[in-house]
Formats: sequence, structure tokens, C-alpha cells
Amino acid sequence: MIGQLTRNERQGALLILIALAILGLAMAAVGRDDPLGGQGALVMVAALAGLFGVISRYYAPEPGPDRVSRYYDEPSKVGIIIAMGWVVFGLFIGDWVAWLLVDPNLTFHAAWSSFGRIRPVHTTSVIFGFGGNALIATSFYVMQRTSRARLPDQLSPLFVLFGYNLFCVLAVAGYMMGITQSKEYAEPEWYADIWLVVVWITYFVIYLRTLARRKEKHIYVANWYYLAFILVVAVLHIVNNLAVPVSFGHARSYSLFSGVQDAMTEWWYGHNAVAFFLTSGFLGMLYYYLPKVAGRPIFSYRMSIINFWGITFFYMWAGSHHLHYTALPQWVQTLGMTFSLMLLVPSWASAGNALLTLNGAWHKVRDDATLRFMMVAAVFYGLATFEGSFMAIRPVNSLSHYTDWTIGHVHAGALGWVAMITFGSIYASVPWLWKRDGMFSPRLVEVHFWLAVAGTVIYVMAMWNSGIVQGLMWRTYNDSGTLAYSFVDSVVAMHPYYIARAIGGLMFLLGSLVGCYNIWLTIRTAPQVAGRTASEFPDAAPIGAPVLQPGE
Amino acid sequence: MGVSERDPYTGHQTTGHEWNGIKELNTPVPRPVYFFLIVTASFGFVYWLLMPSWPLGTTYFKGLLGSDQRAVVQQSLQEAKLERAQWTDRIARESIAQVQTDPRLMQVVRETGPSLFGDNCAACHGRDARGNRGFPDLTADSWLWGGTPEAIAETIRVGINSTHPDSRTSQMPAFGRDGVLARKDIDNVVAYVRTLSDLPTADASPEAIAAGKSVFAANCAACHGEDGKGNTEMGSRNLTNRSFLYGSDTSSLVTTVFNGRQGHMPTWEHRLSALDRKILTLYLLDLRAARR
Repeated sequence: MIGQLTRNERQGALLILIALAILGLAMAAVGRDDPLGGQGALVMVAALAGLFGVISRYYAPEPGPDRVSRYYDEPSKVGIIIAMGWVVFGLFIGDWVAWLLVDPNLTFHAAWSSFGRIRPVHTTSVIFGFGGNALIATSFYVMQRTSRARLPDQLSPLFVLFGYNLFCVLAVAGYMMGITQSKEYAEPEWYADIWLVVVWITYFVIYLRTLARRKEKHIYVANWYYLAFILVVAVLHIVNNLAVPVSFGHARSYSLFSGVQDAMTEWWYGHNAVAFFLTSGFLGMLYYYLPKVAGRPIFSYRMSIINFWGITFFYMWAGSHHLHYTALPQWVQTLGMTFSLMLLVPSWASAGNALLTLNGAWHKVRDDATLRFMMVAAVFYGLATFEGSFMAIRPVNSLSHYTDWTIGHVHAGALGWVAMITFGSIYASVPWLWKRDGMFSPRLVEVHFWLAVAGTVIYVMAMWNSGIVQGLMWRTYNDSGTLAYSFVDSVVAMHPYYIARAIGGLMFLLGSLVGCYNIWLTIRTAPQVAGRTASEFPDAAPIGAPVLQPGE
Repeated sequence: MGVSERDPYTGHQTTGHEWNGIKELNTPVPRPVYFFLIVTASFGFVYWLLMPSWPLGTTYFKGLLGSDQRAVVQQSLQEAKLERAQWTDRIARESIAQVQTDPRLMQVVRETGPSLFGDNCAACHGRDARGNRGFPDLTADSWLWGGTPEAIAETIRVGINSTHPDSRTSQMPAFGRDGVLARKDIDNVVAYVRTLSDLPTADASPEAIAAGKSVFAANCAACHGEDGKGNTEMGSRNLTNRSFLYGSDTSSLVTTVFNGRQGHMPTWEHRLSALDRKILTLYLLDLRAARR
């Protein structure tokens, strides 16, 4: 990795890491009487490890000038491996949390392992650790190929990748130490938030610089989605995390918003995190890998345009449906509900565009689990967006709100859509990136596929049942006109569903372990390049030699 | 830019663009997409007209139906209150004994009591009210502060060692930790206490038990009574019926005498209405009667 950097970039890396180590030391010193000190120490250790890595390869030969004729795939390779690490960790913690709801004694009497701390560890690990790394890795890969332009330099993509992971590690370690600003999906405190802004703006600049140097006249759909993801997440993150720290020596900060404004800002952020992180970014992935693996043209360019602008416009309004029947003024709820319903149309049209693209390639869907991952992802995308619009209707929400139905809905999206499209894309890109004929074992991809599908279905079914049972128990009255059940009665009724959910989650975790094993063996096996030139690999064409276009 | 070509499978033209081998068809947007866009948007417009919707400077458009979620909630609360009034008034007005003789009112108590108890009391006393270590079994006959309806209602109202000014207060001293009794005396008095409820005392000599008896008379009888039957005036435990809150085995009893015990029950006066507390009292009396 360091060997790919020029001498100047290595010096740049050293400077950044030294600055970071000093920053970590300063945090550790100023915050020595606060959890902030521990976080500072973590920053310092990470920076020193990075310094060690750079120094040990500092005198390695520089890459030749011919590097600019090849795509820069190092960050994508590393990103995919890190993403697989996060998914195993995040799913393990998630399943632990699931078993914790079956038997509360499974915290083993430690503070760091209590429900309130490891639940955000799970959500952050899977959404930001797994999802974020997969998005960064694939976006670099897709952007270069669809723009026919190399990344602008070699250092900044690595800065984005490792800087982003430092943010994730700070977040997760912080939760276990009890640091949180108590905003869902935005739990990290001010210093980590500021760091993410630096990383994210760098990411945005890389994207724009690569696009500016593109050799294709038009910007491919996947890049619209990736760009929307990067730009809007930056806006969301900055606004929702506006806060005043207690002092520079404290991890704690206080939000600029209070009361219902705080709730509305949080769910404007929270729902658009679903929209622009978990939907837009992964649609970018889908728009590249699905047609590529299927070998089919996108069904409709025109529909792509309608869907893109529909999703981008409608999602922005939908956040208030998280606050139906609360102190939030009713007119805001009305807008959230109606725009959520309109949102269904571009969402289903996107799923439809993906599935119709497969026309003419269904035999490949049947034979190739990689493509089937993507197909099932599109189906779950349609399912989850329908469910989401449905649950945004106020009377429906009065039943579903605060119940496990919401958890089931989130996981239909997260497991069924986000994770499946990611696994499909990773299985497609690993052989391309490492120049292999294919995955080490297509059969293990099958095993992963079926474990993932079965796990998701069991999980979602269990949560539908428990959520609706919960919602109904909470609103059942007896003949006297008082509530028929106490809250703890509903907790007891959840027990069998919680066991089923934890088993479904375990299957999903096992599937991802199988995936890790398969990817590791694929990378480990020697490339089968005997008698083949590099350009025969589907995505290995050098930048200077594009596929000749008709009419050119 | 390239020229478009015809996709042999679908028969549609491509747009002529290509990105690393990916092409796009120029398929027109299917009709249903426009149709449902119009349907959902129309629904939105109608809903905006009828319900509170768009902001207008410092106020907002109230909607033609004049719907107001606060008014809706207040009205349904009012209706529910009226519906319940047929029995709430009677339970509030009549005495405990009167309510207990009315099957219709006891039906209400049996329907309403479990959720009141489950949401407020079960965390300590258990869902079945049978108690836990340190938390009394409320279906048994042994009551620290008295099992009469009035005594139960008062305990619920003020709590035990709570923040309420009229709180019931009781504190068993830490005889061992505070150096009042030597370890030997504690062992002896525990052996004696176990004889009060006919628990086996095989490992204690008759002399020890006799010594324990005099320790008891000097240190414990003031609260627990000469006969060890306790005193509901000060919440001291009846030691003759085996229903020990913190365990009746020798080591638990030694711990109790050594460190003392101070149970805690919150006051419910400001959390539950007088009616709810009365229903809980009736519910507990009913549970106890059912177990007898």
C-alpha cells in the first residue's frame, strides 16, 4: 500500500500522521480526567501505528510513471477487506444484543456490555463500519471506471479510508466507555464529528476532482447516486451535530437544538441517513455491478432520471414521519406522511429498473449466486420501501410506532437490501480487483446466499409478528375500559419471537463468516494469469485504451 | 458520443452512451410510473387541503376539516373517562367492604388490577405478587405493616423509608457491624430465632440456644416482641412463621443481624390516583383471599 505512494506522498503521510499523533497526545493530556483522554490515547496509538507502517516502507521503490495508465485500486481492495471485518464484528455484536433481549443476564455484569452501549456499537459497526467502507471502496472503483479517469492522487483516498475508520473506531470504543450524544445514528461526540467532517470533505473533493478529469462526456447514473450520497451526508452530518462542547477537555457536548426542534433535526438527519447513506449510495453500487455482472444494458435511462430526482426530492421531507403523534406540530407530520407516500413511486421504479435490467439474463440469476444477491437486494428494496411508506401513514404508525415492527422494517432494508447488494458487489469485484478467474468457491457463495436469505426472512418474520402483537397488546382494552395488559405482559409475549430473531441473525452472521473465508481464499490463491493478458479480466482495461465506442 | 444501437433482446434503442461496457436503453418510462406519481401526488394535495399542512409565516394552514390532534386526544380521553365513570365513581365512593360484596365492581378490580400491578409493582414483587428475596410475598398472610385494608392502602400511599413526609420508617440496626453484639452472640441469637419457627437447629447446643434467648430478650424483643411475633406498628417482622424476607438459612440470618436491614418502597401518592391505589388495595386483598 505504502509502496504505491510517491516519495512526496509518503512525506505527506508522515506529516499528517505526526500531526494526528500530536493531536491525540493533546486530547489525552487535556482530557486526562475525562473519557476524552482515553479517546485521545486511541487517536495517538492509531497515528503511531500508521507512522510505523509508513516509515517501515519509506525507502521502498517508488511506483513508476506508468502508474497513471492504470486505475488506482489499492484503497478499494483495503476497503473491502476492512468492510468484511466490520460486518463480522457488527453482526456478532448485533446477535449478542439479540440474545441479550432473550436473556438479560448475558451482559455478564459489565458496564461496557450493557444493552444501551452495545446496541449503538452494533448499529454503528454495520451501518458505518460495513456500509461506509463498502461504499468508499466501491465508489472509488466505480468512479474511476465510469469516468475513465484515475483518482487524482494516491494519498488522499487512503486518508479518507483510514480517517473514516478512525472515526468508526473512536465511535465504537467511545460507546463502550459511555460516551454518546444520545442521537440515534449520530451518537459520536463533537471531536469525532469534526474529524469526520474533515475526512468527508476530502472524500467529496476527490470525487469532484476525478469527475472533473473524466474522459466520458456523460456522468453515469451510479456517480449521481454516489455524489448525492457524499454531498447530502455531509450536510446532514454537519447540521445535526451542531453542538457546544462543555470544554475542550470534555467529551460531552450540548446540542444547539432543544425540545421538539432537536427531535425534528435528529429525524430529518436520521431518515435522510437511510435515504442518502443506505439508499442512494447503495443504488450507486447497484447501477454499476448489476448491469456489469448481468451483461445487460440498464432497462431505462429515462426512468433512472425520474427516480434519482424523485428520491432526492421526496426523501428530504419524510423525516417527520418518525414523530407522528408527538409534540411535533401536526402540519409537519402531514407533510412527512404525504411525501413518504409519494416517495414510494420512485422507490419502486428504482427496484423495477433493476429487475427489468435482468430481463435477458435470468438464466444468470439462476446460476450465479453473486447476481442473485443483487436480484434479491432489489426485491427487498422494493419490499422495504413499500413497508416504509405504509408505516408512514399516521393511523398505521399509531400501531407500529415504538414496536418491533420498526426493527423488522429496518432489518428488511439493512439485511435484505443493503447487505445483499453489498455482498453481491463484493463477490463481483474481488476477482476483478485481485485478477482472479472467479471466487475461490462459487458453492460457498451459494451457501452464503441461502444463509443470508433464510436469516433475513426469519428475522423479519419474527419482528413482524412480535411488533404487531406488541402494538395490539398495548392498545387492547377490557370490558371495564382499562388496559388489558401491563407492559411486562407484552415483554413476556415477545420471548419466542426474540429467540427466532436471534437465530435469524446468527444465520446471517454465519453467512458473512463463510463470505470472509471465501474472499480470503480467493485472494490467497495464485492468479490464474497463465496465457492471459491482464486486459482479459473484465475490469482491467488500462485507462488509455477504452473500449472503442460505436461511431467513434 | 456514440450512436444508439438496438438491443436485440428488448428491441429498445440504447442511448448511445457506454461506460466501461455498461449501456443504457432509452426505454420510455412505463405508464404506471406516471400514473402512480399522479395518484400519490393527488392524494397529497387533497390531504393537504383537508388537514393542517403548509406553514404560513408564523402560523400554518389549518385544513378544511379543522383536525387537531390535541383536541382528538383530549376528546377520546374524555370519552373513555365517561365510559369508566359508571364504576369509577362507585369504587371511589363506597367502602372497601362494600365494593368486595359487589360482583360487578370486583370484576372491574380483577380486570384493572393486573395491569396496574404489572406496570407499577411487579418489578419488585413479581408479576404474580409472590415477591422476591427482599420483597414481600403480597399473597401471604404475613404483613410487615399490617394486612388490614386501611394498612395496605396507607403503605401504598406513603411507602416505606421513602421520601414521603409521612413515610413508614423502620430500620433494623447493624448489630454486628456497629459492635453491639459479638459474633458469638449473633450465632446464638440466630439459633434461637430459628427455634421460633421450628427450623432445625441441630448444629447448635441447647446452651447456645438458651444464651441466644437472653440475647434476644435484651436486644431484639423491643421491636420484635417478647414472643418474636413482631409489631406492625413499627414494621418489625414476625419471626415465628418462616416467611423471612432475606432468607431463613443460618448464614442469611447472620448477615441480617450483622448488617441490619432497611427495606425501601416508594411512595405512590403522586404517581397513582387515589382510585388506582384503592383498586390496587382491593386487588391485593382479592389475591390473598383467592390463595387462602
